[in-house]
Amino acid sequence: MQTETRKLLTVICEASLEARVIADVERLGARGYTITEARGKGGRGVRDAGWDRSANVRIEVVCDAPTASAIATHLRDHYYEHFAMILFVADVEVLRAEKFGPGAGRGLP
Amino acid sequence: MNVLDPVVLFFVLGVAAGLMRSDLRLPSAVYDFVTMLLLLAIGLKGGVELSRQPLAVLAPQMLAVVGMGLLLPLLAYPVLHYAGRLARADAASIAAHYGSVSVGTYAVVAAYLSARGVAFEEYMPVFVVLLEMPAIVVGILLARGWNAQNHWGELGREIFLGKGVVLLTGGLLIGWAAGAEGVQPIGALFFDLFKGILALFLLEMGLIAVSQLGDLRRCGLFLAGFAIVFPLLSALIGGGLGWALGLSMGGTVVLATLAASASYIAVPAAMRMAVPQANPSLSLAAALGVTFPFNILIGIPLYHAAARLLYPDGA
Repeated sequence: MQTETRKLLTVICEASLEARVIADVERLGARGYTITEARGKGGRGVRDAGWDRSANVRIEVVCDAPTASAIATHLRDHYYEHFAMILFVADVEVLRAEKFGPGAGRGLP
Repeated sequence: MNVLDPVVLFFVLGVAAGLMRSDLRLPSAVYDFVTMLLLLAIGLKGGVELSRQPLAVLAPQMLAVVGMGLLLPLLAYPVLHYAGRLARADAASIAAHYGSVSVGTYAVVAAYLSARGVAFEEYMPVFVVLLEMPAIVVGILLARGWNAQNHWGELGREIFLGKGVVLLTGGLLIGWAAGAEGVQPIGALFFDLFKGILALFLLEMGLIAVSQLGDLRRCGLFLAGFAIVFPLLSALIGGGLGWALGLSMGGTVVLATLAASASYIAVPAAMRMAVPQANPSLSLAAALGVTFPFNILIGIPLYHAAARLLYPDGA
């Protein structure tokens, strides 16, 4: 099986940010994303989705490394201070690399 | 007598279940649906009545009500900022919540009055819509000042196209266009079931109110006190305005209750976007954890009793 490495960027944030984060993700070059509703607990308390103000979403983006880094930096600078948000990046193996951006170490060490 | 109101008892059940840590909760899609039904039902009812009212009578009342919506946050802000020593953004955001209205509280006062056979101006939902917005604008200006950085286009969408305003206004327009006979076929869902829907809504509100208690404990006594004392003051202003405008006794009770209520749908959403540095758990803990329960359990009967003194001969 021929695979290539891409980045999986996972953002978990308050649901009221969904539209803004999606707009940012697309503008910064991601070709797609997946959103799921999420519940949990963190630095801003229990977010149990009992009603819309306490709901979270989990936004996943598979993209090349420079895009992942651009999105992560942008989100950190714009939302970390005032909103409930965490994000993390992981390597994933994908079969159709061309779907997720050029990649192949572009601009990477 | 009020305690025996079954819809209020549903709220008490929600609170009790929450306090005992029951796993009871309304699925959030059901809660959304119930909220939609309430908003539409309130809008429709108001719209039907609106079609019977001459604009010349309504326009001055509407202006006065908007004026009240601008005034209340301006009164709340200095209390919160100077007496309560809250940060500017927090004080402004809480002030906006208390200047705006809670549709859930309106639904309870409407049910309370109709259960007692007290008539009120049925076009009151117009005032609910009008009171949603001015406080948001005042709150944003208090928090950020007047500068070009305010993205009013984006904020306008948040304020005017939030689901609360869209459903209420939509209901008003449909009711107004269709008239009393036109809405009859859908009345079974929106009017006959109103109390049952309200009961379900209040059950969930009881659970939500309890879930705010943890945050409330962290906010301190000042905010809890504010969440009871300020609504009493706003009820005086709202009741006084209703009386001065020549509303019926029921109408005066409704306007007092609207003034006393604090928003928890439209304002939190708008403030989250416009003033993100304000801590949302402060305003929600006060509005949902204290003011909402206070109004439906104690406030409404109190405003009713007070209005009776203003209207010695009944209506």
